[in-house]
Amino acid sequence: MALPKVYGIETEYGIRHTGVAEPNPIAASSVLINAYLSELARRSETGARSERVGWDFEDEHPGDDARGFSREGSLPPEVETHLVNAVLTNGARYYVDHAHPEYSSPECSDPLQGVLWDRAGERILVASMEAARRQLPPGQEIVVYKNNSDRKGNSYGCHENYLMDRSVPFGQVVKHVLPHFVTRQIWSGAGKVGCEAASTGGAEVTLQLTQRADFFEEEVGLETTLKRPIINTRDEPHADAGRYRRLHVIIGDANRSEVQTFLKLGVMGFVLCMVEDDWFGERDFTPARPVHALRQISYDLTLRKPFDLADGTTVTALDVQWEHLGLARKWADENGMDAVGGELVGAEVLRRWEQVLTALETDPMSLADQLDWVAKKKLFDAYRERDGLEWKHPKLAQLDLVYHDLRPGKDLAGKLGLERLVTEAEAASAMTTPPPTTRAWFRGRCLERFPGQIAAANWDSMVFDLGGEPLKRVAMMEPLRGTAEIVGPVLEDCDDAGELLRRLGA
Amino acid sequence: MAEREQIKKTSTRGTEEVVDDVPTTSKKGEELKAEMDDLLDEIDEVLEVNAEDFVRSYVQKGGQ
Repeated sequence: MALPKVYGIETEYGIRHTGVAEPNPIAASSVLINAYLSELARRSETGARSERVGWDFEDEHPGDDARGFSREGSLPPEVETHLVNAVLTNGARYYVDHAHPEYSSPECSDPLQGVLWDRAGERILVASMEAARRQLPPGQEIVVYKNNSDRKGNSYGCHENYLMDRSVPFGQVVKHVLPHFVTRQIWSGAGKVGCEAASTGGAEVTLQLTQRADFFEEEVGLETTLKRPIINTRDEPHADAGRYRRLHVIIGDANRSEVQTFLKLGVMGFVLCMVEDDWFGERDFTPARPVHALRQISYDLTLRKPFDLADGTTVTALDVQWEHLGLARKWADENGMDAVGGELVGAEVLRRWEQVLTALETDPMSLADQLDWVAKKKLFDAYRERDGLEWKHPKLAQLDLVYHDLRPGKDLAGKLGLERLVTEAEAASAMTTPPPTTRAWFRGRCLERFPGQIAAANWDSMVFDLGGEPLKRVAMMEPLRGTAEIVGPVLEDCDDAGELLRRLGA
Repeated sequence: MAEREQIKKTSTRGTEEVVDDVPTTSKKGEELKAEMDDLLDEIDEVLEVNAEDFVRSYVQKGGQ
């Protein structure tokens, strides 16, 4: 039986500091995040939130490999512990990572929640820019971009995380997820003008489907910053390691389209459940050359070019996606959709997945309000026609970057009228409210209620300082416990953390 | 294929309209083009004037 999926997205944002001679992205990221946190603290009536709660690194092991070994010590440290690193009352982590501001969403129990807390993240970055503008000297501004490339060969990620059953052999995950990642690009891509790979294999690349395909060089591996692999093997479950695996997905684009974020999470939920239930049967879509296929598909705007499979046959990306959708429908009919966020959300994933595949087959441009790469193509085509621009014209490269600018009124994604799945009011509320259906509820609400009594927090534990006694670590190894339903009534009823822990028997 | 066709049709709104196989829009091509032209003008107002300088100055450190 497939396990209920838990979803999360981590986004590293591009950052520019204008009005200074020599911008330093690490310093700018710190200023940006600190500006937000200090305004939050000031706005809090009681001043209680001025107790800034930091991240607890106790359980970070980025060197552990899902294939069963550890490379402790052979990698550069992934975490820079001295930099700003905060936990928010919506259960998210907001910090400086690799010279970028990064927002890691709280754990979500369905893909629509995933979209909502991703949008909350966008709003937190917008609020941070506004706070920084008020604190910086006149003439300076910090601007963030939700994209994955500077068009000069430097890339930064938007990672998805999925909780799944540890007992599934990792080889089975690779076998079915790799073809999905290679082929989902046709609907998941955020689009990019031109190419940053050393070679395109002879293809002329004017516009490509994804931001990230150029930066992937391996099939499977532990790296995230160089020689990036299509399947990342980092093995940090941030949960009971005897039961769970967290699949850490590094290949996706940062989407401005909510429909794409919804599909990215929702479809992966189905794919992983089908892996867990051994639902794929004998059909094997393993590409003969996965990295080559990845780029070939990203470079092919006709969506029609077949790629070679390891078994000697050929298929198109659409073929594989239709096959996976058919399997998912049968899986849902037989198993119900509790494991993928419930019947309503699951049915919506299947409906949209089908609708998008149909449109890609018949009239891709009809998806200009749903897919980033199509929205960009529509925009670039209009400019090319009006101003007679060649694809290499800097104006198109500029538009390609500004599409991802998050500032209201400046963002082209907003102006192009992309379909919204969550309202502004919901997103505003999710900036400070955690998802009620995961342990993020416990984390976020404790931070809101008892900030002075929390020494540190991370994904799977919280450290309480109750004064006069040793620090008390509360483990949260089950991501679907600590919910509003389970601990909500007690948590909201207690006046301090000591009483809460006593009543919870912790 | 039959199943796909069916879903395409049921997703079309309204009961009295004639359901067309090809997605249609109520707006004429010229109207759409005029809207797009207005949008491009609006976008031009928020873009930094020198596209080349902007693109050159957008440099990031690599991340994950």
